[in-house]
Amino acid sequence: MGRMQLVRGNVACAHAAIVAGCRFYAGYPITPSSEIAEEMAVLLPKVGGVFVQMEDEIASLAACIGASIGGMRAMTATSGPGFSLMQEHLGFAALAEIPCVVVDVMRLGPSTGLPTAPSQGDAYQARWGTHGDHPSIVLAPASVREVYDLTIRAFQLSDRFRTPIILLYDEVIGHMVEQMELPPLEGMGPVWREEPAFLPEEYLPYAAGEDGVPPLVSFGRGVRYHVTGLIHDESGFPTQDPEKVSSLLRRLHEKIHRNLDEIVSVESFLLEDAEVAVFAYGIVARAAREAVRKARAMGMRVGLLRPRVLWPFPEEAVREVARRVRGIVVAEMNLGQMVYEVERAAGGRAEVVGCFQVDGRPIPPEIILDAVIPFCTPPSVRSPLKGQEVQGGESR
Amino acid sequence: MIPDVRQYLRPARMPHILCPGCGHGIVLGALLRAFHRLGLDPDRVALVAGIGCSSRLVGYVDVCTLHTTHGRALAFATGLKLARPELMVVVLTGDGDGLGIGGNHLIHAARRNIDLTCILFNNAVYGMTGGQLAPTTPQEGIATTAPYGNIEPPFDSCRLLMGAGATFVARGLAYEPLALEEMIARGLAHRGFSFVEVLTDCPEYFGRYNRLGKGPEMLMGQKRRATEIGEILASKRFVSYAPEEMGHAPLPLGILHEEERPEFSQTCWQMASRGERA
Repeated sequence: MGRMQLVRGNVACAHAAIVAGCRFYAGYPITPSSEIAEEMAVLLPKVGGVFVQMEDEIASLAACIGASIGGMRAMTATSGPGFSLMQEHLGFAALAEIPCVVVDVMRLGPSTGLPTAPSQGDAYQARWGTHGDHPSIVLAPASVREVYDLTIRAFQLSDRFRTPIILLYDEVIGHMVEQMELPPLEGMGPVWREEPAFLPEEYLPYAAGEDGVPPLVSFGRGVRYHVTGLIHDESGFPTQDPEKVSSLLRRLHEKIHRNLDEIVSVESFLLEDAEVAVFAYGIVARAAREAVRKARAMGMRVGLLRPRVLWPFPEEAVREVARRVRGIVVAEMNLGQMVYEVERAAGGRAEVVGCFQVDGRPIPPEIILDAVIPFCTPPSVRSPLKGQEVQGGESR
Repeated sequence: MIPDVRQYLRPARMPHILCPGCGHGIVLGALLRAFHRLGLDPDRVALVAGIGCSSRLVGYVDVCTLHTTHGRALAFATGLKLARPELMVVVLTGDGDGLGIGGNHLIHAARRNIDLTCILFNNAVYGMTGGQLAPTTPQEGIATTAPYGNIEPPFDSCRLLMGAGATFVARGLAYEPLALEEMIARGLAHRGFSFVEVLTDCPEYFGRYNRLGKGPEMLMGQKRRATEIGEILASKRFVSYAPEEMGHAPLPLGILHEEERPEFSQTCWQMASRGERA
């Protein structure tokens, strides 16, 4: 076992990647993600892995995909501007079904924005950023420990579903230092992705079984086949046959959406008797938890719903909560992204309001608490921000 | 005696998408004969390509084939070569793919001296999209996006690659497939980044727009403009891509540069095994 130590979020990500069997990293420096690249540059050569700094983010993800086709687990990390440049290759990896992990440490945008300040402005880009219709799996850790756990989870999901996985967190999580036990890496060596032990005479690289995920054999293992970003049939070669086109796109969706139980993950905090729920992810969920505690101390029944997996969206969990509460406060460091998803899933069963801040600082608990109070019965309480009495319940 | 290279092809993928008179098939033939000459095991060869007519050729070759995004083939190939240095990784790219959208990756692959062989099919135009201006279109050449004649100077890709640090640089003609085969075979055998530019034709667009005739006339035109001196390899004969009336600096043919430098994938893996011991 490791010893308790102070660990930075980005460093935890790199260590977890090594433990998960990542042996290839290609990246391009960008604040606030660079510590991941720096740590991987230190760690990878020690475990028989390859680190390469590419000429840009486009090349970084391309190199990861190339290495993954060669059988290595691969990762890259970036922030907003670089994440934008990676979108085309996220689509390529999704269509060609090549596993890889992309970390987006969010900073405030658009454009160069505030490079050293946190935001959650990429929540939708992580889902819909690349062109074309495709599913996305996006994990959103809220602590250093969870960065570690979800990085490992990202590699598992990527192998399992043959799809790129996005690990999405913000500058505060990336740079925050928290105590955790960091398992030692001594004695680790080269790792290759597990391959099917037995192959049929004719390997059809895109013929999937029941679960919709075709087995992946890497280049150089004695099987010759074709990988393309064109729409292809089971053989991997391009096709324009409408039936085959549709069946590929539907399979890509279904392999994710039929397996939601394996993917979706939420944390419920004090929701059992809540009449108001806060929906928050990443660093904002930390403030939301504090707001919930404060509200409880003031006699209000407030709980927290926190998705660990942002996409696919936890519809079922939100719908279930919406049935029981009067209102849902969606707190985000943007001007409203996930709030629309919550609204859609709530379907009018509960009132959904947004609580947004986009000034480059994390949202403090007081602002979330202030958004919660108008939904609560019975007490009229003193607003922590306005310093005046706010009427609960009736006002909405 | 020209060897039978059908063992390297995927007959089920035929017919191919190339237009009548296109020289790309001649270049592919030279590549496959070079494979044959070196006795390459198709299981140990990966062919990586971007987007464009030349990039589509990988689908017809029975090795591990990776058809990527526009301009980025070399970046994908870099990852693949680093993960599997034992593979012979060859990149097919066009002049638009490799020198336009993918120019950044081309110079950096050359700088790293990673052991890839890059064949750049230069037909001076964007063919797949219908004949638009390319970074290789000669000045005054007509393209759909240069209807009054090209006002930009073109790249000399071999000079660019030498400047970027490629350790093997050659230029050949689709008109001279045997010399081309020799150049490609030497490029494949070279340990480090090998770059072979091939002047080929696009009769359908560039030829038609510039009244250069059909395929054979275009290829012969390129040959005619190669000055007739000496042996083909390392001869530095010169060729001008442009129609004769468009006067501009001619390009040398043959193996233009060859040197030994530490190869990147090997250096990477040496560092990995050094680190493991540390």
